[in-house]
Amino acid sequence: MADNGRNAEGYGLLAPTLVVMGLALAAPLALMAITSLKDQSGIGFGQGWTLDEYGAVLGRASYRLLFLRSVAISAVVTLVTVALAYPMAYFVAFHARRKFFWLVALTIPFWTSYLLRVFAWKIILGFNGVINSGLMRLHLIDQPLGVLLYNPFAVVVTLAHAWAAFAILPIYVSLEKIDRSLLEAASDLGDSALRRFLRITLPLSMPGVIGAAVLIFVPTTGDFVTPSLVGGPAGTMIANLIEVQFNGVGNWPLGAALSLVSMAMVAVIAGLFVASARAAAKAVR
Amino acid sequence: MKNKSLLLYAFAYLAFLYVPVLVLPVFSFNDSQFIAFPLSGFTTRWYGALAGDSAMQHALGNSLKVGIVTALLSTMLGLAAARAVTRYRLRGAGAALGFISLPLFIPDIVLGLSLLMLLGAMGLPLSLAAVVLGHLLVCVPFALTVLIARFEGFDRNLEEASADLGEDGWMTFWRITAPLMLPGIIASLLLTFITSFDEFLVAFFLSGTEATLPIYIWGQLRFPERLPMVLALGAVILAVSVVLVICAEYVRNLGVKDRVVGA
Repeated sequence: MADNGRNAEGYGLLAPTLVVMGLALAAPLALMAITSLKDQSGIGFGQGWTLDEYGAVLGRASYRLLFLRSVAISAVVTLVTVALAYPMAYFVAFHARRKFFWLVALTIPFWTSYLLRVFAWKIILGFNGVINSGLMRLHLIDQPLGVLLYNPFAVVVTLAHAWAAFAILPIYVSLEKIDRSLLEAASDLGDSALRRFLRITLPLSMPGVIGAAVLIFVPTTGDFVTPSLVGGPAGTMIANLIEVQFNGVGNWPLGAALSLVSMAMVAVIAGLFVASARAAAKAVR
Repeated sequence: MKNKSLLLYAFAYLAFLYVPVLVLPVFSFNDSQFIAFPLSGFTTRWYGALAGDSAMQHALGNSLKVGIVTALLSTMLGLAAARAVTRYRLRGAGAALGFISLPLFIPDIVLGLSLLMLLGAMGLPLSLAAVVLGHLLVCVPFALTVLIARFEGFDRNLEEASADLGEDGWMTFWRITAPLMLPGIIASLLLTFITSFDEFLVAFFLSGTEATLPIYIWGQLRFPERLPMVLALGAVILAVSVVLVICAEYVRNLGVKDRVVGA
């Protein structure tokens, strides 16, 4: 009985957060699901229920291209960001003498506006930008290169920079947790440095790598700012299409269906990735 | 040999992180409307223009309001929920935790738009309050993660000892739990404030006519002649955050020293 009273206290502490999240997350998503089953008629919605919007989302080739491109760009961004961050995190965890200094130095660039960090790449990659004017001064080119900006490449570079901290920190934490005596044992038993890394360090740091990959993949798939600023027509992503349905053409049911499909797609891919990465890490061990 | 190449890589990586960010201060002092090389001379006039821009000040005020309210609310909610999952054995605690962390796995644009639809259906106006609600979605999972780690990090025997010595629940909270939680609370407040202060997409859909600072910046990016001033704003945000972070770390280290001496 006393336990019940204690439990009630615990549920009481949990309740406010659940109420807020129910109100701000569950109810809006439910409404979005309902809206996606309607069709737009004038400024309101039609009476009946329909799967037309989902038909359009899955059926139109131009939409499929945008989904595919968003996932492809995000996957490349995730891969590049994690691959670049891993050696950096490894250095801080195992070789840096002043870890704290390095951790602060690595996070300072992220303490300014996300919008302006993205915009900075427009300045760097632009027609009169840092790279073009630098190359021209060195007489390596006589015309500015137009291929740097407004394409998927620019989106990948910009996002890999913008989300770097989300890769470095989780990987660093998981490397830092590794019991150093395991590494000594591997060396004592005759493993080479490479073999030791592949059999001990890498598998044990996988939780950090997986965490980083999910933390980067989910938000970058739905990113709106970066494709808008540096993507150009060839770098447009799914969020741009969704935004237009709400602010531009005003087709809320279609926008809702696009949102839910992209959400589901991201969840399925992230889930599959986590499961297979875990299985792979186990297989190595 | 291997260490040297890693060190070299570390510095190259640092350059990759810093060069784009340094573009902000460099061009904010450049005496030209055009953001292009070569630089044409030193000026502080963009900072002057920034100081005199009333729309910017209004947006800054809005962002500070939203950021402070979001930080306080999400840390309070996170504190209660973190205590519930670490100090009680509740059925369904895992599911509740999963539900609260769900926004981490949903793109921001979907969070913002679904709230926009709900407000529309309920006939509620877009406002800064709506932005706070949206920011709670993004910030509560962060607050919860930080605070759970802190709750798990300290010895719960201290709380039990306090209860055994006759303190009631409230006094135990104030004399034991709150002081030990303080570093976690400060970290949570800082993280949620910064997240809210910098959040663009959710606010973009929910703020209506009241711009927050990122929305103001977004609006300015369309006007080339306003850019140097916006870069000056970015440089100021960077400088203030760096000072804040260094102060926070300094305070945190003081706390660590006190505890060592106290022990």
